[in-house]
Amino acid sequence: MIHQYKLNGYNIVIDVYSGSVHAVDEVAYDMIAMYKDGTREDVIAAMLEKYAGRDGVDEADLNECYDDIGELEAAGKLFSEDVYGGVAEIAAEHRRGSGEIKALCLHVAHTCNLNCEYCFASQGKYNGERALMSYEVGKRALDFLIENSGSRRNLEVDFFGGEPLMNWDVVKKLVAYARSIEGEHGKNFRFTLTTNGVLVDDEVIEFANREMNNVVMSIDGRPEVHDRFRRDYAGNGSFDRIVPKFQKFAEARGDREYYVRGTYTHYNTDFTNDIFYLRDLGFDRLSMEPVVCAPGDPCALTAEDLPVLFRQYEILAEEMLRCERAGKPFTFYHYMIDLSHGPCIYKRIAGCGSGTEYLAVTPWGDLYPCHQFVGDEKYLMGNVWDGVTNTEMRERFGRCNVYARPGCRDCWAKLYCSGGCAANAYHATGDILGTYDYGCELFRKRMECAIMAETARCLDAEEE
Amino acid sequence: MKRIKTIETRDLKKSAAVGGCGECQTSCQSACKTSCGVANQKCENKGAESRKA
Repeated sequence: MIHQYKLNGYNIVIDVYSGSVHAVDEVAYDMIAMYKDGTREDVIAAMLEKYAGRDGVDEADLNECYDDIGELEAAGKLFSEDVYGGVAEIAAEHRRGSGEIKALCLHVAHTCNLNCEYCFASQGKYNGERALMSYEVGKRALDFLIENSGSRRNLEVDFFGGEPLMNWDVVKKLVAYARSIEGEHGKNFRFTLTTNGVLVDDEVIEFANREMNNVVMSIDGRPEVHDRFRRDYAGNGSFDRIVPKFQKFAEARGDREYYVRGTYTHYNTDFTNDIFYLRDLGFDRLSMEPVVCAPGDPCALTAEDLPVLFRQYEILAEEMLRCERAGKPFTFYHYMIDLSHGPCIYKRIAGCGSGTEYLAVTPWGDLYPCHQFVGDEKYLMGNVWDGVTNTEMRERFGRCNVYARPGCRDCWAKLYCSGGCAANAYHATGDILGTYDYGCELFRKRMECAIMAETARCLDAEEE
Repeated sequence: MKRIKTIETRDLKKSAAVGGCGECQTSCQSACKTSCGVANQKCENKGAESRKA
């Protein structure tokens, strides 16, 4: 399978199953499109007719191009076949059988000091009671992770909520505990803190910069966009309170990882203006996500929004390249793609690992497949004391890979997305093996933009 | 090739033989939390004997 598209002046051909990317001129672009539709003579004749009178396009030249395409096909870089069914089986078998866990999302606070209307976690409560995780529950969760991590060295723990800074002392004690035991077990904890910023202060910044591998700072963009949803319980917007703290936080991160993460909705389909606003505030590592909410919700993205959003992603990629060439780069999370050293085929097929190697832990120590399933009792998997007791659920998630999703079969982007988010699929279709088609549309557009940008970088580097 | 420039990419078929160590980051864990993809994940295989992700 191949995928061809034109974007920002580049003609790009992706060979899906080898992962090859080719930047081609117009002639090669058209010839590749018709290469499988006829004989050499048919293709050359059609090309001669299409490009009649075009300088530099003659029969000899077209034959050379045809030979080049054939050479790439023979090298397995064009029209390559899908040979990964066995890999998918192996990945599924391993996940279902091993029971190894490498990441936990610790819901240290099912409460929040903001009252964001669009919050998928219902203001941090996940449709339940407000609660804070005790140190004992969190400590047991870390022990549970180590006990079930097999030979994996890198263990990820995300302090999540609600708002995790509302349980900051427990977070700090849990980090200290993890650090005290990781060496003896041959493990390396990587912590992430996801925060709305309200309680950020110098002490939080200092601790996080010492211990957190990553910090995710929630800002939606322009003040009026941010304050439309991100308000406190008195109805006051939070923008003015949090932005100076986050600017200080981001600057203090230095080379350490952080993302300023926003959510865009139907109300700001011109979301690149929010990204550029955040960049102009000094943030250079940015993420902006489409809202996840019920269809019919006023903030839900609509079919009519799609072409607008597509153009927004193009504008973002074009602006990123412009800034890079001007020596002022910034990063957009979904445009980060390492074509030469990216994930292996197992990762590309097996996906996020929710329900198997990645679990969410509630303040009470209950286990769910991921943070987006918390609060849905049907998906309760066990607890940190007894482990995963709902092994049938683990089996279901273990089988959840891109080759198990009928909707992914003919998608050119499947080995970049790995089948997408099980929670989004479930919420959109009622089945974790479904596909959230709206999200797929956005994902494919983001991948086209990301690959275009990376292609542009490679070609720029060649010219230098 | 005159009309085609091939960008350097990881050979996915070869990665079937050496990949699967499982040390890479969980896809959703770092920044997005509401959508999933693996394209922006880094490979952390340090050449250790492979297992299946």
